[in-house]
Amino acid sequence: MTDFLHALAQYGFLQNALGAILLANLGCGIVGSYVVVKRIGFLAGGIAHAVLGGVGAALYFGFDTTLGALLSAVASALLIGWVSLRAGEHEDTLIGALWTVGMAVGILFISATPGYNADLMAYLFGNILMVRDSDLWLMTLLDLVLIGIVVGFYDALLAVSFDEEFARLRGLPVTFLYLLLLCLVAVTVVLLIRVVGLILVIALLTLPAATAGHYVHTLGRMMALAATIGLVISSLGLVLSYHYDLPTGAVIILAAALLYLVSMLLTRLAQQRRARAAGGGQGSG
Amino acid sequence: MTAPAIGLSAVSFSYTGPLVLDRVSLEIAEGEFVGLVGPNAGGKSTLLKIILGLLDPTAGRVEVLGRAPREARRHLGYVPQHPTFARDFPVTVEQIVLMGRLSGMRPFGRFSAADRAVAQRCMQETEVHDLARRQPFTLSGGQLQRVLIARALACEPRILILDEPTANIDARMEGEIFDLLRQINRRLTILVVSHDVAFISGYIQRVACLNRTLVCHPTTPLDSHLIEALYQSPVRRVQHAHP
Repeated sequence: MTDFLHALAQYGFLQNALGAILLANLGCGIVGSYVVVKRIGFLAGGIAHAVLGGVGAALYFGFDTTLGALLSAVASALLIGWVSLRAGEHEDTLIGALWTVGMAVGILFISATPGYNADLMAYLFGNILMVRDSDLWLMTLLDLVLIGIVVGFYDALLAVSFDEEFARLRGLPVTFLYLLLLCLVAVTVVLLIRVVGLILVIALLTLPAATAGHYVHTLGRMMALAATIGLVISSLGLVLSYHYDLPTGAVIILAAALLYLVSMLLTRLAQQRRARAAGGGQGSG
Repeated sequence: MTAPAIGLSAVSFSYTGPLVLDRVSLEIAEGEFVGLVGPNAGGKSTLLKIILGLLDPTAGRVEVLGRAPREARRHLGYVPQHPTFARDFPVTVEQIVLMGRLSGMRPFGRFSAADRAVAQRCMQETEVHDLARRQPFTLSGGQLQRVLIARALACEPRILILDEPTANIDARMEGEIFDLLRQINRRLTILVVSHDVAFISGYIQRVACLNRTLVCHPTTPLDSHLIEALYQSPVRRVQHAHP
């Protein structure tokens, strides 16, 4: 740990990594909470993976890959949202198709791009040690956009997440809000790509929020706790991966999954103990 | 002559196959307490969705408070049959009831003190104000039903529409819910769907019986006597139809 702190003081790339972790988890805690309570983890996964199509296209046509990722994330969010609203019972098949088609398009573009592309692995699995100052500025901007939208539409987004039918009856534009929510997911995916890569995004989006859901029972608190859990887990992952020379994204995901598992078991145990105490009370009374 | 609260004339509906509703006509006056009964899959929930403007009829005309259902929506309070939300959703009872105060998009809008006062009053009326800080997963079926009625009342509706409000609760609670509805009926029109005509006949003024492709029409007095004999409680008028 002291090694790490020493290195942190010395190396700009570690400071940037820590900054990226902070900024990514801020957005991730907020939007991840919606993903968990609205149960759109599968849709979020589809959006994340389809982003590779945009990244591939950006590499091939030679424009900024982050811009490509952002555009394709929003495009795939709108497409996947539209499909999920229209598809009815075939939703899972169609989302699964979009998920893989996006990746296939990306792989074709990248293979057609001349020269060797080390970037591909960074997009798939993250490379937090390569975060540039410009990335941090962009992440800050994306966080501000996310927070602005969530603050601006908090009541409406809560109502739509909770009960779409009732929200529609109260005159809320449910389809617009649903697509807006998926666009928030898209922006968050782009935020997270540098940290864990688009293959692992879905875990960091859902696991800290789901863990937070074990302990707090309002959406606002869930967002705050999820962001905190994500921040702690990711920082821990960074330290461990630095110390043992392991891929940071993978270590972060394993730590998040382990925490979720332990938390779930503890919650179950506590519930059973409470149920037994209540049952015993009734039995003797 | 004021427009009826709800007017259906020759309303038909099909999802993608046979007709779920076949030329249903029904008129409900303001202030009435009407029960809509019929077997499962008889089209009751579909009819409610048409009245709420969530579905458009394949044929026929629907008017709610003299307007198209979609335009009259904000005057309707709706209590769904199965809560359409997850029981473990991180939200408080007060937040749920406040959702009844939403109307259209208000970017950066927050609930006003007046909205909170209405929500508070509705929670008191349905006796859930002590549960204001609780989450849905900590509530019993009957408590949750009262919360959903409070949410519908918070819309300050002119018509209250309930779909099987007592489907998931025990008989004693069922009586309490209908006592509450009878009290609410002093100021609101109520349309309640139930599969249990025996139970609701003690509370409601009029029964409409719906079975999928059947027409509702006024019946002869004989039928209402029959119902009365069957269920041993007075029913003022029966709209009833069977093949």
